[in-house]
Amino acid sequence: MGGPSNYQPKSAFAKWFHERLPVMDLVKGQVLDFPTPKNLNYWWTFGGILSVMLTVQILTGIVLSMHYTASVNSAFASVEHIMRNVNYGWLLRYLHSNGGSMFFVAAYIHIFRGMYYGSYKAPREVLWMIGVLIYLVMMATAFMGYVLPWGQMSFWGAKVITNLFSAIPFFGQAITTWLWGGFTVDDPTLNRFFSLHYLLPFVLAALVGLHIWALHVPGNNNPTGVSVKGSQDTVPFHPYYTMKDAFAIAVFLVVFMAFVSFAPNYLGHPLNYVEANPLVTPPHIVPEWYYLPFYAILRAIPDKLGGVVAMFGSILVLFALPWLDTSRVRSGTYRPIFKQFFWIFVIVCIGLGYLGSKPPEGAYVIWSRILTAYYFIHFLVILPLIGLLESPKPLPPSISDDVLAKAKSVAPAE
Amino acid sequence: MSTAEHAEVNRRDFLYIATGAVAGVGAALTAWPFISQMNPDASVLAMATVELDIAPIAVGQAITIKWRGNPVFIRHRTQPEIDAAKAVKMEDLKDPEARNDNLTGASPATDENRVVDGKEQFLIMVGVCTHLGCVPIGNEGDFAVVEGNVKTGAWFCPCHGSHYDTAGRIRKGPAPQNLLVPKYAYLTGTKIRIG
Repeated sequence: MGGPSNYQPKSAFAKWFHERLPVMDLVKGQVLDFPTPKNLNYWWTFGGILSVMLTVQILTGIVLSMHYTASVNSAFASVEHIMRNVNYGWLLRYLHSNGGSMFFVAAYIHIFRGMYYGSYKAPREVLWMIGVLIYLVMMATAFMGYVLPWGQMSFWGAKVITNLFSAIPFFGQAITTWLWGGFTVDDPTLNRFFSLHYLLPFVLAALVGLHIWALHVPGNNNPTGVSVKGSQDTVPFHPYYTMKDAFAIAVFLVVFMAFVSFAPNYLGHPLNYVEANPLVTPPHIVPEWYYLPFYAILRAIPDKLGGVVAMFGSILVLFALPWLDTSRVRSGTYRPIFKQFFWIFVIVCIGLGYLGSKPPEGAYVIWSRILTAYYFIHFLVILPLIGLLESPKPLPPSISDDVLAKAKSVAPAE
Repeated sequence: MSTAEHAEVNRRDFLYIATGAVAGVGAALTAWPFISQMNPDASVLAMATVELDIAPIAVGQAITIKWRGNPVFIRHRTQPEIDAAKAVKMEDLKDPEARNDNLTGASPATDENRVVDGKEQFLIMVGVCTHLGCVPIGNEGDFAVVEGNVKTGAWFCPCHGSHYDTAGRIRKGPAPQNLLVPKYAYLTGTKIRIG
């Protein structure tokens, strides 16, 4: 974080307080006056949107837990109780369940933005890795939250995902029994998932704090990828980006509320309105949409341990991304070859998501294997190679030069 | 406390290491109850056996009972199903182990090793796919006995497409092991206790 800011307490009380706890100094230096590149586009607003979504999830979650009971005998009924009897319970639950999906929508856009503009490159590697950690904790949190309504998809999703650990050689079965607290997913499992589902969002909040801390050391990346060279390249965060973020948040909330109001179950699965039955597996089980690409990778490998390794590997490879991309140019805007492979990669990820929603038969399996192979080739072969082979376009001398050049080219004749 | 400050090991070094060791062991001991509490508790372990009479199960019929929260399949196999299971060559099996908790030591996955001698019509096994824990569907899959257009015996897991034969052995798909035969005993000619 930057050095002492130029905060000057005005009133006598502010001066008294500042000498005892200089928190306003931090707010002024790191929030209000924080120098932010002046060319950030709307893809940069998703960090703010994600903070809002985390807050929405924590607030709705806290009140939902006042009415929910974590017991296999009453969990399903207590969710229906929330929907039918609790004042505005239907609204709070739909906000929470759709909020989870919207949280992932924003996170995926945020991650792909980082990939396109090279936001993971030096000196932002630790910032990026904390981001990957946040993503992993988000997935664990969402997974355990989905188990709580104790529907058929909750139960069988929990069973399949916890069974992933049984693929570990030698200790696998002992680890799954330990995770379950029994011989299958049952009451002890539901209780501990509830406890951890309540805990992990606060861990997320702490990680977000570290993420922002790591962001504020080098400052924001920007669409040119060129580092800030002086005060002519930046504007204070407030009011410029507080307003821009606020507008984007408002638009995002419109989309969020459109789902909550008009299609609250569109992103869910109807089978989760059937109470969990440990003796009958539904004919076609699917995870929530935001896990589908990884589910496709899991099923693409015809070997239990291999599938699990590939699935976890597909996320862990992100930790190595700062070192796999060998190009010194950050922004994809100036990398003609990278840009094309980036969009192919986005399409491959969406394709894997589609395949993850389909039964594991015939052509779906073959395509899953092709796209899974491509996913890893993108990170392990394509990115290191194009960094060495491609000749990037000339970079603008500074952010300010780029902004002024663009302004000139679109300015109307006087 | 570098060695440059003093050449010999002294009393302070000993205290330093001893304090660190006590703190380390103390931290590990304190952590253990927090880890151990997640393992199955006494009430879960207390439900570990179940008894039932299998006489009412007719030939070709299968029932599912709940044992330790998991389904257990009890199938009264038809003669063609038993014959089909016996006809399988050992080298065609994906998992050559019997996976029978009643047998000790390594045993090949022959049909004989999957059932009790003299009661080979009754196949008893945990109905949990050894891939990721779904419940396989009975009378389904590529290894069922086909009579006309009716499939009997054999199991198919709908989650990720594992096929089990008429002795519950994995034949095709991602599952690594044969369906587990739990520990069970005949108390009388028709009454069994599982667990």
